[in-house]
Amino acid sequence: MNGPTRGSVVAVNGPLVTCEVDEGREVLQNEVAFVMCGDVPLKSEVIRIRGRQIDLQVFESTAGLKVGDTAEFSGELLSATLGPGMMGMIYDGLQNPLNELINDQGFFLRRGQYLPALNAEKLWDFEPIAKAGTQVRAGHYLGRVMEGIFPHPIMVPLRLLDTWEVVEIKPEGQYTVDDTIAVLRSVGSQAQQEIAVTLKQEWPVKMPMRRYEERLLPDTQLLTQCRLIDIFFPMAEGGTACIPGPFGAGKTVLQQIISRYAETDIVIIVACGERAGEVVETIREFPELEDPKTGKSLMDRTVIICNTSSMPVAAREASIYTGVTLGEYYRQLGLKVLVLADSTSRWAQALRESSARMEEIPGEEAFPAYLESRIAAVYERAGKVRLYNEETGSLTMIGTVSPAGGNFEEPVTQNTLKVVGAFHGLSRTRSDQRRYPAIDPLMSWSLYLSQMTESLNTRHEKWVELVQEAHDIIFKGSEIHQMMLVVGEEGIGLDDLVVYLKSEIIDAVCLQQDSFDNVDQATSRERQISDFMLLMDMLHHPFQFDSKEQAKGQMVHIQNLFFQLKYSPFREEAYNRYRSEIEAILEGKGASHS
Amino acid sequence: MIIEHSRIVRVQGDIIAVPATGINYGELATVKSRSGVSMAQVIRLRGGEVYLQVFAGSRGVSTGDTVRFLGHPMQVAFGDALLGRIFNGSGEPIDKGPHLKSLPRMDIGGPSVNPVMRVIPRGFIETRVPMVDVFNPLVESQKLPIFAAAGEPYNELLARIGMRANADVVILGGIGLKYDEYLKFRIAFEEAGVLSRTIMFVHTASDPVVERLLVPDMALSVAEQFGVQGRRVLVLLTDMTAFADAMKEIAISMDQVPSNLGYPGSLYSDLASRYEKAVDFEGAGSITILAVTSMPGDDVTHPVPDNTGYITEGQFYLRKGVIEPFGSLSRLKQLVIGKVTRDDHGYIMNSMIRLFARSREVEQKLAMGFDKTADDERYLKYGRLFYDRFMDLRVDLGLNDALDLGWKTLAECFRPDEVEIKQEFIDKFWPA
Ligand SMILES: Nc1ncnc2c1ncn2[C@@H]1O[C@H](COP(=O)(O)OP(=O)(O)OP(=O)(O)O)[C@@H](O)[C@H]1O
Ligand SMILES: [Mg+2]
Repeated sequence: MNGPTRGSVVAVNGPLVTCEVDEGREVLQNEVAFVMCGDVPLKSEVIRIRGRQIDLQVFESTAGLKVGDTAEFSGELLSATLGPGMMGMIYDGLQNPLNELINDQGFFLRRGQYLPALNAEKLWDFEPIAKAGTQVRAGHYLGRVMEGIFPHPIMVPLRLLDTWEVVEIKPEGQYTVDDTIAVLRSVGSQAQQEIAVTLKQEWPVKMPMRRYEERLLPDTQLLTQCRLIDIFFPMAEGGTACIPGPFGAGKTVLQQIISRYAETDIVIIVACGERAGEVVETIREFPELEDPKTGKSLMDRTVIICNTSSMPVAAREASIYTGVTLGEYYRQLGLKVLVLADSTSRWAQALRESSARMEEIPGEEAFPAYLESRIAAVYERAGKVRLYNEETGSLTMIGTVSPAGGNFEEPVTQNTLKVVGAFHGLSRTRSDQRRYPAIDPLMSWSLYLSQMTESLNTRHEKWVELVQEAHDIIFKGSEIHQMMLVVGEEGIGLDDLVVYLKSEIIDAVCLQQDSFDNVDQATSRERQISDFMLLMDMLHHPFQFDSKEQAKGQMVHIQNLFFQLKYSPFREEAYNRYRSEIEAILEGKGASHS
Repeated sequence: MIIEHSRIVRVQGDIIAVPATGINYGELATVKSRSGVSMAQVIRLRGGEVYLQVFAGSRGVSTGDTVRFLGHPMQVAFGDALLGRIFNGSGEPIDKGPHLKSLPRMDIGGPSVNPVMRVIPRGFIETRVPMVDVFNPLVESQKLPIFAAAGEPYNELLARIGMRANADVVILGGIGLKYDEYLKFRIAFEEAGVLSRTIMFVHTASDPVVERLLVPDMALSVAEQFGVQGRRVLVLLTDMTAFADAMKEIAISMDQVPSNLGYPGSLYSDLASRYEKAVDFEGAGSITILAVTSMPGDDVTHPVPDNTGYITEGQFYLRKGVIEPFGSLSRLKQLVIGKVTRDDHGYIMNSMIRLFARSREVEQKLAMGFDKTADDERYLKYGRLFYDRFMDLRVDLGLNDALDLGWKTLAECFRPDEVEIKQEFIDKFWPA
């Protein structure tokens, strides 16, 4: 039997469409198919095969489909197109360039419109590296093009197995992503096969890309410039973290601020089933913002995958995979990549919706039983790796979780916590008190703090120890606060009161960070060290007070000085002034406040 | 193409099934039964069987009744002639105005806006309610619900904020609205002189439940057309919990596995596809959505308010007749605070809320019988002033006056070094 497999629609239930194919036709799980609605092809994916009955999840509205309509199977898995030209793009969950969809469709997205992910006309300056006759494997670099500021290596297609020989490599010159730049021939006993290599290649989004020498333990800090994270619950290059929190607690703002200030080469933002308005802020503001490292616009290091909540649910499921696949590709190029997904709960809900339509036996809160393994599989794609050329690349992944009712005892949060290396849990109490970012220091953790001790201690020889000490004070302060709620301020001793007041200072001037203040929103490594050490001097200072009133008066004064300090630009006049005032007090020379 | 069928093989809840071929998924039909003619919509195709949800309910539907398939999805009339008119939950005029047969009709519940065609909203909407303007400003194109338990004056608040918004077109979508409440809205619109630019889609509490499902889509589709034409539209929806409950009924009739308290797993997406119609179009108008989400059992973790909170851009909590400072949130506030509004706005807002939180703590502490310190006294005083000057819904004050009053209130209770405000603003604004 020749020609593509075709099927005929027998049932439609929302985005789930069932087709029947002829006996004996081959159908692949996760293969792409197009269901024809009149002359509009609706992209879909095979999600279940039962004999001749094939269930498809359609990535578009299925309104207007009829029983008897045709489906055409492509024989290809759902894939991302990878190559130069992805930077700065805004894609939907299936990698359609949203900027290009606007030309003919006005304000609205029309279904059935699919455009190539990479501009087919743009010419790239290609420079060959490999020589004809050399033997290569998937992931080896054949040449490179310059993409903006970074050289973009062109690899032996990642899907190729075994060893290949370079038969031909094109000379330096200008090529489009579709032009052949090299020809490879398979090496070995089997029938020899030749393939043409272009600047672009495809990779099935649901398959992890493992074209590297080995995975490495994440032991280098990924600086986010968010103090609470960098100091107390640090992230590692190639690590994973989850940010669960009730609605409005600040997950998105936190990710937005990380996407701006994280020290990384590439940021991939996956807006997965959340508000379109939030993506718009990024789309409109990033081109205006400068990346301090490169001096170029922030957009030049950013790719946005945008499948917001009113866009089709099935494509939302794909969006996270698309984002991770792009991230893995850049990692192959030896880059530091950060993937931010907001929110993985919406992705899990998309799984739940399709599972319910397929009438699978539901697990907890109606999520499918395979939720746990799916979550683990996504986070496991992060990591730091040593590539074939000895360079390293990393893919760091931070996902938000939106637990129903803000209760972390639910399947998505719990299954995510099992697999991530850091937990930045946002609490309603802290966000209600406007203590932003509302990461709760009492419940959050990061395995990387100990895993990275060696490199963190380059900040200061006792860095990790000091951080733990500060963290302990926060715990103690909270206990004392609880006690005060029960026995009143008069019920606790002066020493305890001072510990509490110290912990409040750490909270106010170190943990809390105003994302909307130009100075406070990002704190450099240097400033983190300098300010934290000053804070530690305050913690270690043996204050002598005669009364609780005096203690409160003095500590409020110190807190205010620290507070003014954190809003002052680093090492400028006001900063230096407040700093010396604090130092004077700590040296016992300052005017004691009464 | 109109196709008629007259064998209903299945009735379950408000869902019926008929054998039919060549029917489009999502298309509209009418069902003629002894209790009248009702609209129905195709919600599932399975082999030769078509499942429909019957908007007027299935009561009185018999196996001999006729189903006419209309060959198109649900539509609504559109044009300036809609202004000032009142429709029921299925889009029929219920005022005495002329019929609208000559108006073009369009499908409801269309596709979503391409995110790249949106602009960042920057329009501050002054409501003269200090709890809104100072602490949680409303921004043009925002989607914002009022969370309230039964018995709270949420519709009054909705009408009051709505009237102030100064929109070109106001569209009210009443979902399970009590008749009296509907009359109150009409009177409020009349008094505010906005009736001529208002359109009402009113499904009342006594109308069939499934009809509720149509109201938000009709209201929002009309709003979208006006928005594309460059108008600034305000949509008021009350009560979205009634809408969600109708969805729950359908899901149960379809034997769907519920995710939480009987609501379908798609509740989030279903609500989001409506709320996401709020938009500021690049080079055209805007749609702002204010909705009421009543909270069964005053429980914000109930699936409807919970999912809503995850979708909307903040929420106003109405409790004991006032907008609660904690929990209430306008997520777009940072787009206007200090940018469109005065530069001290953000600092005074944060400081006042923080201090109010502390005054609440003091109250709790004293309620437990602890001694009152001199500091406590000041916090209590601050708490009282805060309530009287800002929270009381009767207060009617412009933003700048409210900010000035904020500084005055702080100065009456605290020293400048206690309020955690940047020194330059203290220097500039602290009352002498
Ligand atoms: N770091 C911060 N500094 C100042 N304000 C903040 C900060 N984080 C959050 N906020 C405030 O809280 C609001 C809600 O934050 P955000 O949108 O990030 O919540 P979320 O957790 O993503 O909620 P949802 O789950 O509904 O998407 C913001 O609009 C902002 O007003
Ligand atoms: Mg969010």
